[in-house]
Amino acid sequence: MTRLDSGGEHLLRELAPRVLGAVVRRFGDFAAAEDAVQEALLAAALQWPSEGVPDNPRGWLIHVASRRMTDHLRAELARRRREAIVVMQATGDDHIVPAPDGGAPGEQEDTLILLFMCCHPALTRPSAIALTLRAVGGLTTAEIANAYLVPEATMAQRISRAKQRIKTSGVAFQMPSDRERPERLDAVLHILYLIFNEGYASSVGESLQRSDLANEAIRLTRAVHRLLPDGGEVAGLLALMLLTDARRAARTGPDGELIPLDQQNRTLWDRAAIDEGVALITATLSRGSIGVYQLQAAIAALHDEASRTEDTDWPQILALYGLLKRMSDNPMVALNHAIAAAMVNGPAAGLKLLDALDADPRIAGHYRLAAVRAHLFELAGDREAAIVHYQSAAARTASVPERNYLTTRAARLSVSSP
Amino acid sequence: MRFILMMHAPRAGWTTAGIGTWPPDDIKAHINFMKRFAVELKDAGELVGAEGLAGPEDARIVRAGKGGAPEVTDGPFAEAKEFLAGYWIVDVEARERAYEIAARASAAPGKGGVPLNMPIEVREVMSAPSSEL
Repeated sequence: MTRLDSGGEHLLRELAPRVLGAVVRRFGDFAAAEDAVQEALLAAALQWPSEGVPDNPRGWLIHVASRRMTDHLRAELARRRREAIVVMQATGDDHIVPAPDGGAPGEQEDTLILLFMCCHPALTRPSAIALTLRAVGGLTTAEIANAYLVPEATMAQRISRAKQRIKTSGVAFQMPSDRERPERLDAVLHILYLIFNEGYASSVGESLQRSDLANEAIRLTRAVHRLLPDGGEVAGLLALMLLTDARRAARTGPDGELIPLDQQNRTLWDRAAIDEGVALITATLSRGSIGVYQLQAAIAALHDEASRTEDTDWPQILALYGLLKRMSDNPMVALNHAIAAAMVNGPAAGLKLLDALDADPRIAGHYRLAAVRAHLFELAGDREAAIVHYQSAAARTASVPERNYLTTRAARLSVSSP
Repeated sequence: MRFILMMHAPRAGWTTAGIGTWPPDDIKAHINFMKRFAVELKDAGELVGAEGLAGPEDARIVRAGKGGAPEVTDGPFAEAKEFLAGYWIVDVEARERAYEIAARASAAPGKGGVPLNMPIEVREVMSAPSSEL
């Protein structure tokens, strides 16, 4: 059996949310429509390689999915009849929602509505992530299960629970109101950020599959940016992803070991991604109203624009982290702010800022605080203290590459100790 | 976040008071609980894997001997007070949820249906860095 080539696969993923939007509009019942679209996508993946891609692939998919929906509704109806609780409306009035009169919103908009649904705050984060990847990303359950390293049956349950939850919470297939919208958009961006992070952070060694998640997050964020070109934070998040992902090839060595930013071979960075990210963030920053993703993207841009580590514009990075710190009460930001302060004003200044974090239960005892402290002690020339903190960080991290990096760092200092 | 939940059983009294010495109905109730529990975790979309281990009588400790050949001795380590009876690996949203699941497992029914309140060791499974902002 021939497989769909990557172009065909890409086409299917692009079409998935637009087909789903059309089917939900026609039939209502998001949960069943989502299953029907998955079946249609599967049918396409099986048939198109041998029969060729149809002239109207979207129409083909909607047709197949609608047929599945009709079968499903018929079966549902028969079941209800058998259970003798047929009311007049059971002919499907509550299922088949006609398209609203007066110009149905475009199919493009459906992608956005679907994202708002799948990233609804009523869902747990793992559920929202899984549902987004399937319903909007067009990935199969098996692909998502692979990426998140759980059995397919478990992932299938997670997705079906998410759909159940949407049903019981009465989340409607419509744009959130203007009042709700900023908060709901934040939720969407957060889920896309988490998907990206999972893929990017874990794109080492054998887990190449997982780096697809980063590409998938970029693709979805690009789609949101196309739909909301004026959304500053949308552009900011897309820029942040591109500027971060640009360094992917340089951030690990041949054996999958982590290479910190200051030691990366910068010629390996993806120039095209950097240029795109810088252009995006430059355009959005000049438009006013700045958010946390834009600030982080601006910081990433400053790193990416330095062709040598020593050319990094630390004073400006410090100023941006200062802004970010005022905007979000996040200890990770405070940690990065301390690093920037150390680079500008010396390690003692950074260490002093870290002391304040010991009182924050969200980060006190976290491996990352210990790792940064170790790094700053090393910069300050205090090897003994650096070794102690590198070791303590290594003992606490839940990441294999990070543990290897921290242990090696401590060992190297021990060897060179006088 | 992925966690392994390790169920420890006391080494002392294993042969005189362990599960093999319970009345058949109590054993059945215990096994049914474990089966239902696994289904429940799967339905919640949280189960990565679960296994029960054969009793410690069959356990062997293996070390590489001369030329890397296996050198086998009876195990588990004689000084151990507990042995690993089984484990679950779960993928959950937060550490607290792993604790909840562990507490449910700990209360599995024992002899006479009395909750065992076994110690469950909860350890995070190493994974990629989560640099979530």
